[in-house]
Order: sequence, then C-alpha cells, then structure tokens
Amino acid sequence: MASDLDQAQREQMNVVVVGHVDHGKSTVIGRLLADTGALPDGKLEQIQAFCRRNARPFEYAFLLDALKDEQAQGITIDSARCFFRSRQRDYIIIDAPGHIEFLKNMVSGAARAEAALLVIDAHEGIRENSRRHGTMLSMLGVQQVVVLVNKMDLVGYDLGVFAAIEREYTAFLDRVGLRPAGFVPICARDGINIASRAPWYEGPTVLEQLDAFPKESSRVAQPFRLPVQDIYKFTAGGDDRRIVAGTVETGSIAVDDAVVFYPSGKRSAVRTIEAFNRPPQTEASAGAATGITLHEELYIRPGELMCRAADPAPAVTTRLRVSLFWMGKAPLRPGQRYKLKLATARVPVQLAEVRGVMDAADLSSSQGKVQVERHDVAECVLETAKPLAFDLASEMAATGRFVIVDNYEIAGGGIVLQALADERALLAAHVRQREAGWETGAVALAEREARNRHRAKLVVAVGADEAALREFGRALERRLFDAGHAAYYLALSNLARGIEATATADALVQRDERVRHLGELARILTASGQLVITALPEADQTDLELLRALNAPQEILTVQLADERRAALGIATDLVLDPGQPLAARVQSAWSLLEERQILPDFVI
Amino acid sequence: MDQLDQLEAKSLFILREAYREFRSLCMLWSIGKDSTVLLWLARRAFFGHVPFPLVHIDTHFKIPEMITYRDRLARELRLDMVYGENAAALAQQETFPDGKVDRMTCCRSLKRDALRHTLAGDWPRYRLDHGSGEYRLDPSREPYTGVIVGARADEEGSRSKERYFSPRDQSSEWDVGDQPPELWNQFKTDFAPGTHVRVHPLLDWTELNVWEYIEREGIPVVSLYFDQGEGRRYRSLGCWPCTQPVASEARSVADIVSELRSGKFARVAERAGRAQDQEDGGGLETLRREGYM
Repeated sequence: MASDLDQAQREQMNVVVVGHVDHGKSTVIGRLLADTGALPDGKLEQIQAFCRRNARPFEYAFLLDALKDEQAQGITIDSARCFFRSRQRDYIIIDAPGHIEFLKNMVSGAARAEAALLVIDAHEGIRENSRRHGTMLSMLGVQQVVVLVNKMDLVGYDLGVFAAIEREYTAFLDRVGLRPAGFVPICARDGINIASRAPWYEGPTVLEQLDAFPKESSRVAQPFRLPVQDIYKFTAGGDDRRIVAGTVETGSIAVDDAVVFYPSGKRSAVRTIEAFNRPPQTEASAGAATGITLHEELYIRPGELMCRAADPAPAVTTRLRVSLFWMGKAPLRPGQRYKLKLATARVPVQLAEVRGVMDAADLSSSQGKVQVERHDVAECVLETAKPLAFDLASEMAATGRFVIVDNYEIAGGGIVLQALADERALLAAHVRQREAGWETGAVALAEREARNRHRAKLVVAVGADEAALREFGRALERRLFDAGHAAYYLALSNLARGIEATATADALVQRDERVRHLGELARILTASGQLVITALPEADQTDLELLRALNAPQEILTVQLADERRAALGIATDLVLDPGQPLAARVQSAWSLLEERQILPDFVI
Repeated sequence: MDQLDQLEAKSLFILREAYREFRSLCMLWSIGKDSTVLLWLARRAFFGHVPFPLVHIDTHFKIPEMITYRDRLARELRLDMVYGENAAALAQQETFPDGKVDRMTCCRSLKRDALRHTLAGDWPRYRLDHGSGEYRLDPSREPYTGVIVGARADEEGSRSKERYFSPRDQSSEWDVGDQPPELWNQFKTDFAPGTHVRVHPLLDWTELNVWEYIEREGIPVVSLYFDQGEGRRYRSLGCWPCTQPVASEARSVADIVSELRSGKFARVAERAGRAQDQEDGGGLETLRREGYM
C-alpha cells in the first residue's frame, strides 16, 4: 500500500483496458483491484456469495459488471471506471467494451486515457477487435500501450505462443504508428504477472509496466494555446472585469505578454490573470483552467484560439485534410451539412472529398468510396463554412483533433493531418456550376434595368439590433417604392418559415443554411431587376462574403447600423449609420449612397 | 499540477462548457459535501459568481440542520436559490416515514418525481427573495435544459458508467446501453427539444478527493459530518428516516481525511449507511434510469 506522506505529490493516471470480447478485460481489472487492495471490505465475499447462490463459478469480472443487464448478458456495455493505487500513483481504470456495436463506448473510454492495456487471448490469438482497437488507440493519441497476452494457462504457458503473438501484433501496430511499451504474458484469473511475478517470467509485471509510464509533462514547453471558451462580464456587485475564460492546452502565458486571437487576427496584451480564492497570479501554464483580462477590450468570440504573439501561429483555413473515424448510424455524406467542434470552436462543415477508406480491423483500403460508413476510418478533405484556427495533430494534439456532430449526436472524430489552401472550393464550384446551367428568360437584365431606370442590387443591413435593422430595411423599401422603384424587403423570418426545406436540428448549421438560402433567393430576385433589401443581424465578414458569392453576378451593398462591437469585429461595409440619427436621416444616407454608386440615377425625382 | 489541481481544472472546464452551451442551466444542490464542493468550483469557474440557479429538491424529511445551512449559505453568498417538492404526496402522507409506502416508493415520489417535474417546470418552484429572505412562488416555468449534478463515479456501480454530459429523454430516462461518445474535451451539447442533459463535473473525484479539497479550500460543510461528542457522524447525508450515522470520532475535516486515507473507512463503501440501496440488488440503478440523480 502507498504511504500517506507523498499524498500531495501523488499523480493520477487514466488507463483504459481494451481488447476483443471474452479476452479477459474485466478479469484483468478485477484482479488489479483485488491485488492492490482497492476493493471495499466485503465486496469480494459478497460477489462470491452471489455466485454460490446462483450456482455460477466465481469470476473477477463480476466485480465490475455491477449493472443488472450486464450480468444477464455477460458483456461489458459501457465503459465503467474504477480506482486503485499503486506505490507510485493513483489510477482510474476505464473498462472499455469489446463488442463492435459499442465502439463509441470503447472510443469514449480510450479518449480520456493516457495509457492503455490491450488484452489478447493467448489461446484465441489476435482477433478483429484486437486490431481495430490498436488502430483506434493510435488515432485517439494514446501512445503508451502495454499488450497483455492473457489466458496463458490455456496454452500451457508456452512462451513460443506468446512470442508469436508479440511478433505478429508488433508488426500490425507498427503499420498504424504505435510502438507498445511491452508485452506481458499473464493469466488474469489466477493473478499471474499482474501484481506479482511468476517464477518462469523475468520481465515487468502489469503493475510495474503501468508505474513505468511517464506522466505527460512536455505540454508546457509547446507554443501557448488557449481555446477561448467564453467571455465573461458579470456585473453583479460592481464587477467590471471582462474576462476571457478557457483552459490552457499547451505552453504558458504571463502578464504583459502580447497575444493574438485566431482566426480573427486581433491583437492585445495580457493585463491580468484572474482567479477566485487564490493569491494574485502572474502566470498560467498548460492544464490550468484560467481567466485573462486584456489591455484592449477586444470583441472576440468563444471558439477563437488565443496564442502568444511570440509563438508560432496556428494554421487558419477552411480546408483540412483529416483522418477520421465514423460512428454515426447514417454515413458521412458529401452535400450534407454537419457541425465541426474543434477545441472550443464550432463551425458548419461539409465533406469535400473522400481520399481513401480503411478498414480499421485489417487495414485494407478501398478506393473510390464517396461516403464514409459506420466504423470506417477514412482520409478526407473537410471544408468549413468559416475559417478555423487549429494545429496539426502530429504537432499539438489538443488543438489538432475534432468531432463531427450529425444532428444531435457526435457521429465522428478525427485528427487534422494538413491545412489546405483556403480556396473555398465547394462554394466556388457550386456558383460556377449554377451559373453555367442558369436558364435565362426572354428578357435580359439590362433591359429590365433600362425600364426600371435603376440597377438591381442586394442591400444588406448588418448590426446587432435586429429590430432596428428590420425597421431600417422596411423604411428604405417604402422610400424606394414611393419613388417608383422596384424594391422588395426580404424578411429572414419568412425564409425560416417557408423555404427551409432541409431543416436541420443544429442552430449553427441552420443559421449557415439560412444565409445560403438568402443568397440563392437574392440571386433570383436581383435577376428580376429589383432592389432587394434584407437585414442580417450578427453578420460577420464570412457571411457577407458568402452572400456576395451567391448573389453573383449581381453585387451587394452593405449598410451597417453602428455599434461598438461591430466596429471592433472589423467588418468592411459600404456605409456606417449612426443609430442615434432619426430613421428618415438614415434612410436618406442610404439613398445618397445608392445615387453615388449610380444604382439610382440622380435625375430621378 | 497535483492531482487535486488536475481534477479541479477538468471540473472548471466542464462547468464553463455547460454554461456556454445550455440556454437554461441549473445546478442541483443536495446540501451534501459533493454538491457543496461543486458550488465552490462554480465560484472558481465564474470568478466569484454563480451565474445560474441552485435547485434543491426538498423531501421535507431532510435533517433540519441541512435546511438551515442551505438558507444561511444562500443568503451569505446571495445565491439564486430555488426549491421544488412533491406537495401532493406530502399532503396525502404517501411516504415511508408516515408508514404508507416502502422506501423505494417514497424515494421515487419525493425525489425522482419531484425532481422531474421541478426541472420540467410543470410543478411549482419556490425562489429565495433576497429582499425579504423568504421563498416565493417562482412565476417562471421555463424547463431546465442543462442540469449540473455532483455525482461521482466511485459512489456505486451505475454512477461509474455515467458520461460527463449525459442525455435524458422526455421522461427523464437514462439509456445506459446507448450513451453518446465523449472524445477528449468534446461532450454532447446538442439535444432534441424536450430533453435535457445532466452534467457531471465531479465524475472523476473520489470521496477522499472531495474531503481533501474541502480541507485545502476551507469550504464550510454541515456540522452533521463531524462527531459532536457522541462518537457518531454522518458520512453521507439524506433523509433522516433512511440515513444512519456511522461510528466515528472524526471532529474535523483533517480527521475525516485521515480516516478515509488510511483509517477505519479506507475500505468501507460510502453509502453503506443508506438503507434504500440495500433493498434490491440494482435499486439505485433502477431509480437512476428513471430520472433520479
């Protein structure tokens, strides 16, 4: 048992146990708990009594399978956790199910682990899931792995069998980029080589292997990355701090360090490092959930990546080459919109290209697949609706891995292999294709404009105050119409209720979708020669670029109802209006702009 | 960072994630040590503020000191304190202490049903008015879509299987066989209308971690946890008819920590004193599937 003196310095390590069905994961864990004295008094006796009553042979696995239906079915459904302590440190053991149907549970268990025990039955040998799990561990970034060759009693403790498995499996793991720390021949049921060594064995026991794993510590030496989780301004009790909150993933930061936020590129410097119930801090480093106030009060959004100006910058692009695995019931398809969550960023995303699909169990690859099926591992190109800041997974794991949400569910996960040039390829291809096939009527736009005596245009009003935008849009429509122009106010809310045929559950994807619909509709309405006015609250530069692209070949004009946050967001707009002005004066300013740009001819009364 | 620092940082991340993602968020406060630690973590996460209501399910059989402590702390920290109850069952005395039903039925009605309907907003909720210091009927009936709970994986079998963000369907049920994947720091934060998500920031903490943290941070806890001179203390708090004190002479947090580390409770399960857990093998799991916390 551990001594109490070192309690303050004790570390904790999460270890996942994976392996094929019936290869003995639960038995290994039960044995680890029993042999390290981690079981509550009477627990072992209670399970033994239960087995006697039910005329079943006692198994250590029963210790874990506390749930009723697990006992009924004899399999581990979800990953359970349990705790034990070695001389060295405290462990949380995560029991991950072996059944393929429960891959997402295995993946959940493995994703929170720093080390893994991979169990293979000596008698049955390497099975499909032994390989699949190895592949998943590699992708999830679990680099510290010990392979346990279990049930050695069934092969008469033949070390030749053990060596053959070691050879074959090492070769397999090598192909997925995983180098195990070691192989241990065990018999979990009898506790052989778990916590104590058998006379015929000279290598480390399972417990010794675990204790030999170094605790990850290099994260502090890496470039500083703090994914912005939120921006707090709690006014209660006269608190006027504006705090950028988040967990430092890598590196460290000190007061007065210059920082840059990506993808916006905004710069400032650290004023204070905030904490509650702690002495004043001057530094925060990897692992700390912290809060930072800045010298300049920037308007930044949750999801941005805060970096130290002196450190290497992250990649910023909309196109990513990734390796991902898919757990969704429905396949990952091109043309479908999903939500990508990377660190604290959430952006709409589409599958742009499938470069290759690999079977995680035998590493065979199939070319020519256009979608990714459940349990596939694939190399793909993803395209996000907005620029995203990230790192390559090979360089910095925490800001280089992501999940994909399909409707309400996390359906896939993966790692970024490469940042591709930001060419907005999907959008450009779409517009090109659409325009190539655009069917015109008998009347040309120029003819319509000549008769209307004004040009067609999409006027987009942007700003934070939705009601003020709507009021402005309608007033401009009225003024133009009264002057005899073909003008139409296109209300966003009508889109929401009408045209949104491909309604999705996700608000983020839904909003992106709405902007697209607005762009497509504006393309038609402006082609009819009209002046179309719309209001898009909370628009950012990417939204406006999307509208501009979709409304092509016609152009757009943007009018901003000023507020400080927008100004700081740095949206390029054609006109900035002061909300303090009377409505008529604001409409007049817009009118003048239309004249200036020769959209309205100035001779029209 | 030592172990407590790491546990704390992860909990703060989870709390902030919940606050960012859920429009209508609350934290359940049972007044016990775990949820009081959770309250302190919330103040750490939000720099001294607790930006969501604390919801207590009052069975009216709690040990009276617990309610006194609840209201004292709520006033001192100016917490947004809300409670709910099963008024009908209490009025008709359909309770175990009144002798009309068994323990499980009582739990189901006073805790599970009261919790479910309080969260959904279809039963009355009472909110502390800091002006008068009294609880008033809360006019808001908005359902809570995110519910922060202080459950720990080491408490018993079913809790060891929980996710950090655990979805509950329209009838508050938990599908233990089909839980969402959780990868790295990415949790389930998208959910269908009418459902809610239980958030568990303390999942990785052990009973010992909780007491070590209470000691380190100087968090006040109900005096029922300490021996008042009769050689007994509560290790786990609940309703008085079903929760028994354990024999212990621990009079301070430090005493409790050493008792758990290497003393008499180092190998005795925490909930050993809870009668309702003994009733049938998977009693607590059954309750949790149906929406009990």
